[in-house]
Amino acid sequence: MAILELKNLKVKIGNKVILDEINLSLEKREIRAIFGPNGSGKTSLISSIIGIPSYKIVEGKILFEERDITKLPIYERAKLGIFCAFQNPPSIRGLKVKDFLKLFTDDEKTVLEFSGLNSTFLDREVNVGFSGGERKKFEVAQIFAFKPKLLLLDEIDSGVDVESLKFIGKKLAKYIQKNKISVLVVTHHGEILRYLKPSKASVMLNGRIVCSGNYKKIWKTIREKGYEWCEKCKLREK
Amino acid sequence: MQVEREMRKEAKKVGIDLEANRPTYFQVDHDSLIQFSNVKGIEVLSTKEALKKYPWLKTYFWRAVDRKKDEYTKYSSTHEFNGYFIRVKKNIKASIPIQACLYLKTNKLIQNVHNIIIAEEGSELNIITGCIIARHKAGTHIGISEFFLKRNSKVNFTMIHAWNEETEVRPRTGAILEENSTFTSNYILLTPTRSLQMMPKTVNKKNCKSYLKSLLLGRKNSFVDVGGESILKGRNSSSLIESRMVAKENSRIISRGRIVAEGENSKGHIECRGLLVSKKAEIKAIPELVSLNEKSELTHEASVGKIKDEELWYLMSRGLNEEEATRMIVNGFLNPEFLEIPDILKVQIRKIIEETKRKS
Repeated sequence: MAILELKNLKVKIGNKVILDEINLSLEKREIRAIFGPNGSGKTSLISSIIGIPSYKIVEGKILFEERDITKLPIYERAKLGIFCAFQNPPSIRGLKVKDFLKLFTDDEKTVLEFSGLNSTFLDREVNVGFSGGERKKFEVAQIFAFKPKLLLLDEIDSGVDVESLKFIGKKLAKYIQKNKISVLVVTHHGEILRYLKPSKASVMLNGRIVCSGNYKKIWKTIREKGYEWCEKCKLREK
Repeated sequence: MQVEREMRKEAKKVGIDLEANRPTYFQVDHDSLIQFSNVKGIEVLSTKEALKKYPWLKTYFWRAVDRKKDEYTKYSSTHEFNGYFIRVKKNIKASIPIQACLYLKTNKLIQNVHNIIIAEEGSELNIITGCIIARHKAGTHIGISEFFLKRNSKVNFTMIHAWNEETEVRPRTGAILEENSTFTSNYILLTPTRSLQMMPKTVNKKNCKSYLKSLLLGRKNSFVDVGGESILKGRNSSSLIESRMVAKENSRIISRGRIVAEGENSKGHIECRGLLVSKKAEIKAIPELVSLNEKSELTHEASVGKIKDEELWYLMSRGLNEEEATRMIVNGFLNPEFLEIPDILKVQIRKIIEETKRKS
């Protein structure tokens, strides 16, 4: 059974179409990588799924566990179990990490340590003065606290040093498997995939999904031939 | 007249706890009901009585605040007044806070307060002042406070106000800092006020530091104009003027800061952060830096605006609706940790802020 289905989705920001003809079906427990060059629409795809209000769905629909959530507000989608680890999470002055984590857990300390952040972060303000890597770790910490059904990872591996990536990669992989979580992973350089081991991958170009299939094959092709080749391949198909 | 039960209850909201064993001053309208100190070296009197007891005190009046500054100082200098006189003797370092409450009880009264605070050489003093008006009353509160910090002394002054929509408030505060002294002012206003305007001013001599901080919540139709001013006269003197404010409903807030650098190596910084949570509210930040010495360093930083969408969406993506997310951001914004509250008062003040925020 599919946990997430995107059916012929068309999304605009203002008057500009940023996603078009998006069709995607994510099976339960599936881990899917989303590739694509900068500006191809990967983050827009994630933002549309979680329901960021500036992303207006003008055509098509989103089904989560067979329920139409196209018109559900962002927080209702979250309550259904959809969680996004953001690429650029904002700083929130004055809001303590511990007070924020209390939204989802009674054990803030353990949750933080799970992502490799020590308990001194509890008294810090959310993302204020965090390094790029620390921000990502804090997103990971929230995953453990939130316990999602569908996890959307947006560039979780960018800005994280090798050691930390290994640490959170392993923890995440184990957690995802143990809790039977379905995952969409957006990644530019693909480091995190070594740990998450997706089965399928999709490639985005100019706001469309141009190719879906076996992860290893697609990743190998992109690494060897680049997105230029995808572009040509797409043209060839047409 | 006695301190009535109702007054005790109200006073607690502005940090005055009459059950606490602290040096205390309690004034209702122009009558001082309590003037008491149980700490050696700390004197607490009404200014009226202090003037009788110490004829020299007269020379301290209108030295830190200009008598001709405006119509309120002119009024104050020509009308009946009362207030508190607090003196801490040489080298006495008092960690226990001194509390002072100014209570406006009589409808439509102009309460004219004049306080004199003297920290003698090498002394340390923490004061918490709460000003409050009785329920459903209107009035005007003029409060002149003059601080004199002798060499090597430290004064930490926390002031909490709780007025109503019928009150006009005009505090006029001045502090003269002698060599190596430190003056801290924490001002907290979380309740609606018809109109409030103040700009405490410090004159910092050699090696003196001043911190002028304010935490403001604009509510209903409040007009709040609060700031701080420091004249850095001496070398190595410094000042930090910092404000956080949230404007709700129809409130208007002006945040001013002014630092004049005269002394060599003097340093000043003005920081102001404002958050608008209503389409009808208004925040204006007016920082002013005047440099008269090439070896001084003055900076300012201001950000004023509505809650960023990214912040709201981030919290909403974690399952909070818009109202809950907004509340969380506003509460965080009004976090009192940037204030320089002495440890001994921290818990109490945090509690008052939480309580007031919850009720608003």
